[in-house]
Amino acid sequence: MVNNILSTENLNLWFGRNYVLKNVNLNVADKNITAVIGPSGCGKSTLLRCFNRMNDLIPETHIEGKVKLLDDDIYTSKMDVTEIRSRIGMVFQKPNPFPKSIYKNVAYGLQIQGKYCKDEINERVEQALKAAWLWEEVKDRLHSPAMALSGGQQQRLCIARALANRPEVLLLDEPTSALDPQSTAKIEELCLELQKSVCILIVTHNIAQAGRISNYTAFMYLGELVEFGHTEKVFTVPQDKRTESYLTGVFG
Amino acid sequence: MHKYKEKAFTAITYTASLFTIMVLFALIYGLFREGLPLFNKVSLTEFIFGIGWYPTNAEPEFGAWTFIIGSFCVTIGALIIGIPLGLGSAIFISEIAGNRLKEIVKPVIELLAGIPSVVYGLFGMSTIAPLIRNWLNLDTGLNIFTASVILGLMIVPIIASMSEDALTNVPKSIREAALALGSTKMECIFRVIIPAAQRGIIGSILLGLGRAIGETMVVLMVAGGSAQIPKSIFDSVRPLTSTIAAEMGETVIGGLHYQSLYALAILLFVLTFAINLITEFFIAKRDKK
Repeated sequence: MVNNILSTENLNLWFGRNYVLKNVNLNVADKNITAVIGPSGCGKSTLLRCFNRMNDLIPETHIEGKVKLLDDDIYTSKMDVTEIRSRIGMVFQKPNPFPKSIYKNVAYGLQIQGKYCKDEINERVEQALKAAWLWEEVKDRLHSPAMALSGGQQQRLCIARALANRPEVLLLDEPTSALDPQSTAKIEELCLELQKSVCILIVTHNIAQAGRISNYTAFMYLGELVEFGHTEKVFTVPQDKRTESYLTGVFG
Repeated sequence: MHKYKEKAFTAITYTASLFTIMVLFALIYGLFREGLPLFNKVSLTEFIFGIGWYPTNAEPEFGAWTFIIGSFCVTIGALIIGIPLGLGSAIFISEIAGNRLKEIVKPVIELLAGIPSVVYGLFGMSTIAPLIRNWLNLDTGLNIFTASVILGLMIVPIIASMSEDALTNVPKSIREAALALGSTKMECIFRVIIPAAQRGIIGSILLGLGRAIGETMVVLMVAGGSAQIPKSIFDSVRPLTSTIAAEMGETVIGGLHYQSLYALAILLFVLTFAINLITEFFIAKRDKK
């Protein structure tokens, strides 16, 4: 029995009248990389955003079913949204560092929690930057603006910023789609390293990327979770016709 | 024919803008030509730091210090009133109000900017001043406090609408990043959005400041008009602008008194020009990002 850290049970989601997620049942195993693939508009980013309740920001969102982080149903009213979000880190499609210094970007999540002293924060910032493979490049200029970094560095800074909270899960929403191939390769390698300590759920447009880094792959199409299983299996012997057509490039 | 029209159009717009710029230079030239001769008779320090203003005495004195202090007091007072109201409204409109509420509140606040200053002055004279006089048992309600309140209200729409633009322009991606790290809405606003918009916010405050210093009608009507160094915020003062407006009618063109009022105008011009330059700096830098 695999240890599931994230799971959904009969998850349905509407934006207004738009039926976006249709009865999704997904189990995400801890300390693994799970990739969600599918054509544009299939709901994969929306699914990702269910896990840290980012869809709450969109008015007229209606959700039915359960979303669980370990044993906690994150959509019950007694759950504190900010706590969930500090336990589940997220990295977005375009690097989005704050217009602050490198240090302040990484320290932000810890500072708002208000329970860490300065030394602890310094230590965790260093650890997070090291874990995101950015420390060597920025250790001498922690207080210079984050915006001055290259795109790839900015994205790794965003990963560091998410890691500083020591999340149980890292959600990556097409993290390399705005980056050049070299930066992409570096982030993929980084993911493979990070999965040893944190569960990674990555949404990607790039089928090859899913093949390179993920242990499990979920294929979504028109709001449905069509197929889910070991990446190797999904890629070599897909059970569903639609998965096969997508993987072979019939549509996408 | 088509080409000809095009050229004529270019020439007309070009002339229009050139004319505007020339007016500015003519204005500056006139200001200095009329005002500078005063300094042949009065030293600059005496003019700025002198306390007595007796332009028509046999031994005239031209000390503008009380006016400078007067302008300073009402302007600072206006900012104390205007910044919290303006910024508060800006934050409410851009971050808290829903779309429908926003569509009502925003234009209403901007409507305030269209009210003529004399109307604000009247409101101050007829409503606020008597209220304060009776309430605090003062000799007159026309004082720094009343002027600050009215000027403060006048600059609220400037600060509110410009700051609101600055806040709204903070990219959605940054807000999402802050929320995804576990910020509450308030932490997101105060720790991320406001710092990201700070240039625009400072620019809006400076613009309001420039407006408050230069405003004449309101202070003429409600600041009381006595040339003195105030001891409390319920004392009357006479800002630079009121002095020029009140006394210009009594001067002889080219006379010393006339020149001294022009010198006050130069002072005012230099002040507002400097503020505008700094504002420009803040806004331009923000846009570059």
